[in-house]
Amino acid sequence: MVNKPGAAVDVDQLTVRRGGSDVVRGVTFTVPSGQVTGLLGPSGCGKTTLMRSIVGVQIVAGGSVTVLGRPAGDARLRDQIGYVTQTPSVYDDLSVEENLMFFARVLAVSSAEVRRCIEAVDLAEQKDKVVSQLSGGQSSRVSLAAALLGEPALLVLDEPTVGLDPVLRRDLWALFHRLATRGATVLVSSHVMDEAERCDRLLLMRDGVLLADDSPANLLSTTGAADVENAFLTLVEQGGAA
Amino acid sequence: MSPRIMGAVALRVLTQLRRDHRTMAMLLVVPMLLMSLLWWMFDDVGPGFDRFGPALLALFPFIIMFLVTSVTTLRERSSGTLERLLAMPTGKVDFLGGYAIAFGLVAAVQSVLAVTLCVWLLDLDIVGPPWMLTIVAVADALMGTALGLLVSAFARTEFQAVQFMPAVVIPQILLCGLFVPRPLLPRVLEVVSDVMPLSYAVEAMNNVAQTASSDLGGVDSGVWTDVLIIIGFVMAALALGAATLRRRTA
Repeated sequence: MVNKPGAAVDVDQLTVRRGGSDVVRGVTFTVPSGQVTGLLGPSGCGKTTLMRSIVGVQIVAGGSVTVLGRPAGDARLRDQIGYVTQTPSVYDDLSVEENLMFFARVLAVSSAEVRRCIEAVDLAEQKDKVVSQLSGGQSSRVSLAAALLGEPALLVLDEPTVGLDPVLRRDLWALFHRLATRGATVLVSSHVMDEAERCDRLLLMRDGVLLADDSPANLLSTTGAADVENAFLTLVEQGGAA
Repeated sequence: MSPRIMGAVALRVLTQLRRDHRTMAMLLVVPMLLMSLLWWMFDDVGPGFDRFGPALLALFPFIIMFLVTSVTTLRERSSGTLERLLAMPTGKVDFLGGYAIAFGLVAAVQSVLAVTLCVWLLDLDIVGPPWMLTIVAVADALMGTALGLLVSAFARTEFQAVQFMPAVVIPQILLCGLFVPRPLLPRVLEVVSDVMPLSYAVEAMNNVAQTASSDLGGVDSGVWTDVLIIIGFVMAALALGAATLRRRTA
């Protein structure tokens, strides 16, 4: 398949099998670059597996995933993707700053960049605190800050706003849009449908298949629904995959 | 392979240890306490301390580094930090090498303390140069680190990781020549002990303790052979360990 111009991620007929069943079933879509794309769907629908396939850490059963023009998992992509897992993958026994300094050394980025990322997730006051003493939301922001290091071209964020204070949630979405404006591609998953309106583009997923791949406005007008939650229900009742 | 990333991993592991005062204290003080205990045990009995002391100096770094490494790397696997590192430009060799450097340094400090105590305060009789004991201890600690890294791939929980200690380490303690000199073991067990790294560490320690020579480092060349054999085991275990570090998982 030809890589569409302007597509940062190109997923074609992707199938992933886990524990004897297909958790992603022949999914095809593209993620446009320089936009915030939301991957929405209920918990367990295959969002995380799909994101892992894009990052290149998932063994896939079939289909192809092309990221920034290269096959997912290619060694040259490793410093171009920032990936945040659902559970924060940082060191509990190090301080916020020590964690980021470590990942910065691995990525060969400066300590000024460390400061910038700590500020971007609003943790400047907590920078000397050990991660195990932080709240759940704060430690997931440490994980997010680590993914922002070096301004990666693609950010894959697995439920980064779960459990956060609404003000902070709004600030983070603003940050995602700022990053997109500067040219980064942002793919954010959520199981909360009301986050949909904050995205430039939506991928609705259920039970391993895509129900829709559209802009929020188009999605509402084609389904005639008042909000994304209802659009989702309409699509499920139509029984059709997009 | 990237020296920058390897150095970053080593520095990070040492920072984690520095923050964990209790573990650090245990790593450095417990071997000294146990050597003192051994010395005290044989206080009224005769030359037992000289006979068992060197072998024990080989046991500590091996056991302790095995335990510490298997638990820390298991934590790294289960917390997702390993996956994150491998999704970054980290090579497997950088990861393993970083751990080896950090724990190798800790082992060197641990060994200098234990050897200093034994030789200068507890009068352990060492014919060869005492610093050679530290060289052997570091090689031996790297062996513990490498085996710990390897077994952590086969454990899902920290509970399971700790259970590998009796399974992997105690047979080596039994067969390393501490209880029965290896040539006197039944033939099958002697062959088994030949493929166990701890046997060579204990042999090297005993050799340094009992012999001196004008050869390199003031020790019999057999000591260097033992050290090289241990390094060979370390390399093999690290290579197997690297194979268990997967960038892609199911």
